[in-house]
Amino acid sequence: MADTLLDKVWQAHTVRTLPSGQTQLFIGLHLIHEVTSPQAFQMLREAGLKVRYPERTFATIDHIVPTASQLRPFADAMAEEMTVHLTRHCKEFGISFFDLDSSRQGIVHVIGPELGLTQPGMTIACGDSHTSTHGALGALAFGIGTSQVRDILATQCLALAKPKLRQIRIEGRLRRGVYAKDVILAIIRRLGVMGGVGYAYEYAGSAIHAMSMEERLTICNMSIEGGARVGYVNPDATTFEYLKGRPFAPQGEAFDRAMAWWRGMATDPDATFDDVVRLDAPSIEPMLTWGTNPEQSMGVSERIPHPHDAPDADRAAWAEALAFMGLESGRSIAGTPINVAFIGSCTNGRLSDLRVAAEVVRGRKVAKRIRALVVPGSQAVARAAEAEGLHDIFLEAGFEWRKAGCSLCLGMNEDKLTGREICAASSNRNFKGRMGSPTGRTLLMSPAMVAAAAIQGQIADVREMLP
Amino acid sequence: MRQNDTRREICGRAIPLPGNDIDTDRIIPARFLKCITFKGLEAHAFEDDRRQMPDHPFNQARYQGATILVVGQNFGCGSSREHAPEALRRWGIRGIVGESFAEIFFGNCTAIGLPCLTLDAEDIAWLLEAISRHSEQEVLLDVQQRLVRVGERTLRATISDGTRHQLLTGTWNAMGVLLEAQHEIDRVARSLPYVNGYSQ
Repeated sequence: MADTLLDKVWQAHTVRTLPSGQTQLFIGLHLIHEVTSPQAFQMLREAGLKVRYPERTFATIDHIVPTASQLRPFADAMAEEMTVHLTRHCKEFGISFFDLDSSRQGIVHVIGPELGLTQPGMTIACGDSHTSTHGALGALAFGIGTSQVRDILATQCLALAKPKLRQIRIEGRLRRGVYAKDVILAIIRRLGVMGGVGYAYEYAGSAIHAMSMEERLTICNMSIEGGARVGYVNPDATTFEYLKGRPFAPQGEAFDRAMAWWRGMATDPDATFDDVVRLDAPSIEPMLTWGTNPEQSMGVSERIPHPHDAPDADRAAWAEALAFMGLESGRSIAGTPINVAFIGSCTNGRLSDLRVAAEVVRGRKVAKRIRALVVPGSQAVARAAEAEGLHDIFLEAGFEWRKAGCSLCLGMNEDKLTGREICAASSNRNFKGRMGSPTGRTLLMSPAMVAAAAIQGQIADVREMLP
Repeated sequence: MRQNDTRREICGRAIPLPGNDIDTDRIIPARFLKCITFKGLEAHAFEDDRRQMPDHPFNQARYQGATILVVGQNFGCGSSREHAPEALRRWGIRGIVGESFAEIFFGNCTAIGLPCLTLDAEDIAWLLEAISRHSEQEVLLDVQQRLVRVGERTLRATISDGTRHQLLTGTWNAMGVLLEAQHEIDRVARSLPYVNGYSQ
């Protein structure tokens, strides 16, 4: 009997079948942050319950933290209050909290893998849709709402229906200047923002196999932008090498035993899928979005589309998106002026992302009147980047070098667009109003493409700027 | 925990919200997530859209007091914020009918006892048109029969057996059901190598 990783992990964590037909699924790792947990703790308290497995929940603070000055109390009184609440809840219920002073703080989806908390074969959940990120290590990771955060705190379980499985095979070698972000944007363009609803995505093929763990994290991160709640890559030598020596990874002989179990959880060679989709890696060029959802994207050499080109059902939405973005159909997207450049987020705020961007930036200057920010995904990423001198490259070019957090990706702290500013961003959502200004505009792209745009002051093809 | 409550039928006036892929950032922009309770979120439902579109349905007097929201495809995509269904529920929405829903949003709605029913594209188009013309028209969501009734017309709706069961039996708050299996939970935990530090 040939099984997929989805089958095996689901089976291993099944507690029972519920009267609703859903599965009661044990959750091996629960990650929480300040925005979606306070109401869950309140519900738990009202029910008179304790946290069932406090050692399986870890907290950090990321969404609302300022990335300029982090002196307490924060200037934003509500951000301060949310921080105080999370601290109090963790203390009261015995949960480990990677706070600002812990040196392990960062975006929840950056620190999980980085600390070795995220491991193959696990079930993982977090009150944040980008939890799919953790699937890069061969885990099933679910974004959940606050009521489900409560459910896990109380029972370490979720009530879930098993999704269908689509394998997405990326074959061949990526061309120079094309990165994991371009691959996932190309996948979403092909399958749409709702193509993955009801599915888990298994990413496979030679291009995925050749990717580093950080590149795989970028791919899995944006599964949810394609509608798939879960995305994963089967664990392999790259995964094991990445985990070795991380603080929460097994050590010594336990690591060898773990590796044997992890290997066994991977999809069997002759397993079958509900659907298989293939993409040709060499055909992908640097991508960016032109609209207000992540499927509205294009290659950097293409011309801005016309609503006439849209499928009938999407024509009005394309016209509305183009009007909101202020982009003119038929023109080249390269040359579109920007106001802000943002490198960071759970999608592209890791060390390898900053290295690639620094390559483009080295020895150059940010264009006049462009506000450019680098926001490392975690304190550990910031330390590693500083040890390599990456921060100097960015600072000399005119970028701001910030502290770790979600920042401009969703504009919950002081980092926001103002008015109709247009931002070249390495983050994951180009929704209207996403970056804190109701009329602000976001163009999603790889960190290298953001760096290129910051230097040129306009959208540029990074392939022409690589050393 | 509202476990004695059920959701068999929801009846009331409806509010149309045409368009596909309306994300949770539009339902409740992230800046309003700076809170530690869900209280008062209704004031900010669709706030940015409402400011930019004076004739947004949530601004129109004739739709105030509506309890049924009618939407297009992939409603509630994006962020997992439960603040989105909470903002709608606190605004007065008691049931949603759409062509399709994003997965996490759908689960969050069910978790707070807010039924989401799906209709065919043609039926959604007809319903959006019908309630825009006659905002006083009552709409009935029948979870039990999987139907939407508007005047003389009956539309066949879809809702999964599992979700329907939760709504009809008042068990949408999963915590109560999950808590029943204490011993089985511990058994599964003990069987997982990583829970035991890969000790054997």
